[in-house]
Amino acid sequence: MELLSGADMLIRSLQDEGIEYIYGYPGGAALHIYDALFRQDKVKHILVRHEQAAVHMADGYARATGKPGTVLVTSGPGATNTITGIATAFMDSIPMVVLCGQVASTLIGEDAFQETDMIGVSRPVVKHNLSVRHPEEIPEVIRKAYYIASTGRPGPVVVDIPKDMTTPNERYEYAYPKKVKLRSYNPAVRGHAGQIKKAVDMLMAAKRPIIYAGGGVILGKASSQLTELTQTLGFPITNTLMGIGCYPATDKQHLGWLGMHGTYEANMAMHHSDLILCVGARFDDRVTNATEKFCPGARIIHIDIDPASISKTVDADVPIVGPVDAVLKEMLSLVKESKDKPDAEALGSWWKQIEEWRAFHGMRYETSPDVIKPQEVVEMLWKLTNGDAFVTTDVGQHQMFAAQYYKFDKPNRWINSGGLGTMGFGLPAAMGIKLTHPEDEVLCFTGEGSIQMNIQELSTCKQYDLPVKIINLNNQALGMVKQWQDMNYESRHSQSYMESLPDFIKLAEAYGHVGVRIDRKEDLEPKLKEVLAMKDKLVFVDIYVDRFEHVYPMQVARGSMKDMWLSKTERV
Amino acid sequence: MRRIISVLLENEPGALSRVVGLFSQRNYNIETLTVAPTEDETLSRLTVTTSGSDKVIEQITKQLNKLIEVVKLVDLTEGAHIERELMLVKLKATGSQRAEIKRTVDIFRGQIVDVTSSVYTVQLAGDSSKLDGFIQAVGTSGVLEVVRTGVSGIARGEKVLSL
Ligand SMILES: Cc1ncc(C[n+]2csc(CCOP(=O)(O)OP(=O)(O)O)c2C)c(N)n1
Ligand SMILES: [Mg+2]
Repeated sequence: MELLSGADMLIRSLQDEGIEYIYGYPGGAALHIYDALFRQDKVKHILVRHEQAAVHMADGYARATGKPGTVLVTSGPGATNTITGIATAFMDSIPMVVLCGQVASTLIGEDAFQETDMIGVSRPVVKHNLSVRHPEEIPEVIRKAYYIASTGRPGPVVVDIPKDMTTPNERYEYAYPKKVKLRSYNPAVRGHAGQIKKAVDMLMAAKRPIIYAGGGVILGKASSQLTELTQTLGFPITNTLMGIGCYPATDKQHLGWLGMHGTYEANMAMHHSDLILCVGARFDDRVTNATEKFCPGARIIHIDIDPASISKTVDADVPIVGPVDAVLKEMLSLVKESKDKPDAEALGSWWKQIEEWRAFHGMRYETSPDVIKPQEVVEMLWKLTNGDAFVTTDVGQHQMFAAQYYKFDKPNRWINSGGLGTMGFGLPAAMGIKLTHPEDEVLCFTGEGSIQMNIQELSTCKQYDLPVKIINLNNQALGMVKQWQDMNYESRHSQSYMESLPDFIKLAEAYGHVGVRIDRKEDLEPKLKEVLAMKDKLVFVDIYVDRFEHVYPMQVARGSMKDMWLSKTERV
Repeated sequence: MRRIISVLLENEPGALSRVVGLFSQRNYNIETLTVAPTEDETLSRLTVTTSGSDKVIEQITKQLNKLIEVVKLVDLTEGAHIERELMLVKLKATGSQRAEIKRTVDIFRGQIVDVTSSVYTVQLAGDSSKLDGFIQAVGTSGVLEVVRTGVSGIARGEKVLSL
């Protein structure tokens, strides 16, 4: 057997795990590991400019590929800088392993230089965390970390590695374990057959059914099963913000996404349904609005890999715990075998009603002859990229506009921080995608507020040649905050203005990129075409959009799903 | 409603803090908590008493089960069970009080385990309401110090919580 130091074992374990890229930033407690990294070329390291960005990069990679991302940082400030990124991944169940240096085990507890209890600090925002207590454990700990991160309901796993676990001149026998033994962790591999049968009977009997799908469908790689089941049943389908792309948005059975800024027809159909088939979603407060008023006539079938997601906020009538792909497959074969068929007549009048709702609002917005509307920027880019780009966003109005007006027909292409709502996510996430999808168009929709939270990564983009397109929907304000202040605080715009904005064009140029400003409506299309033609350049597109625009529809606070503002003056 | 949840936990550093952290993080309350290794040294047995609506209790058990180090758990209050708590009390005991306390200790089937000229130290085991009852019976004015272990529990009959 081979003899390796702890640091070399760590890197070898990553190789054996099939890890191609890690994102990180060095420092004292991680230096043995960085040295081991230097002496090989299989695992490539991307040096970011802030550890938070390393985590978002790993996250973007994970969301686009379905594979776990990997981060490497030092102890103390290096580790604490990752927390926002880890919490972002945790809220959206993204598989990821974060390797943190730690002071030597002999110093732990002594307030040593750059000592932080990372196991304690990260505990509420990780799926699990592990610390290395002996160098020989390293291969097993790494194997366990990836196994836990990527199975069941995925999530981030932190590994804390004291410096003396990676000492160069102490060598141990290396073998990478093939299997993990964890008696206390056994995610479900299939759903309960009886429950699935019961659910299928309910689907066949429903008069006003709707399918409500979430991010779990994308994480569970079940888009094709969901699409086939939906089309076989002929039911309307809506999805959450996190589920965007799990079912083709341009298909006529798709009602758009639901919830706080969801479509009129999706929210109306939910509210008036008699049966909801929830697949990999979690009835969160941005979807349900007031839970006590939620869909009063609906019975609920809820499929989820995580039993704790079921009946947490809204009670399920038929809970099914299991991986969504396996459960949907079983459902589909039962549906196909079944002598009963969905009630065609009831479904016909249900669809008629839905089409009326769809025609009533249809995501219209007012255009203006001279001011650029943020919605039209998104729509135009959707057309110019044939709906086929990877799109990341930051958080705010621009995020909602991007989700509403870019139509995704494929999963894993819409990438945003839905659960935590982390400003600063968009650019590094886009970088993580571009690195492994160099031929694909990667757009980052952002705002002049959000982009400044991780703007330093323009430097990383230069170093690794990552020609993403940054679409800054510049409304010269923290637009979403301002919208809430308009609606709930009589337009008192407390701290929601961004005075003294930088010249983003010069800023992009200072980092060695291209900057393009668009402030006249007639320039929009030709300039966006020019931008997209610059295939090998990072272009920062600073677009001056209507400063007064609001995102609609917007659910009325504490109302039911059907209570919405459709414009500044229209409430239903 | 008050519940007694009994958990088999990997006997590893950090496992207990994860359980306690879960309760504070999700705003569940802990009334008592006891934990000790079992006959299998790789496992700890943890008993927590808590209260909440059925929905909250369901979430507590589900969230506990999600912790990687939780091997198995049972809500003992769902079936017949035995509940015990141990209490040590120091009581002021002078003059005629001494005989009086002795009688009360006997009634509660406790033991006087340490004696000085002015103090009795009493040991008492039982369910939590019995221990409360004893304190009430002797009167709080004579109580110098109380230490209670928190509740331990086990199911009645053939049912066992094991691997
Ligand atoms: C890190 C972080 N801090 C604060 C917030 C609260 N927040 C939500 S949206 C928003 C405004 C974002 O402004 P901008 O990026 O310009 O986007 P816009 O809404 O104007 O499109 C703020 C401050 C947040 N989501 N994330
Ligand atoms: Mg803005």
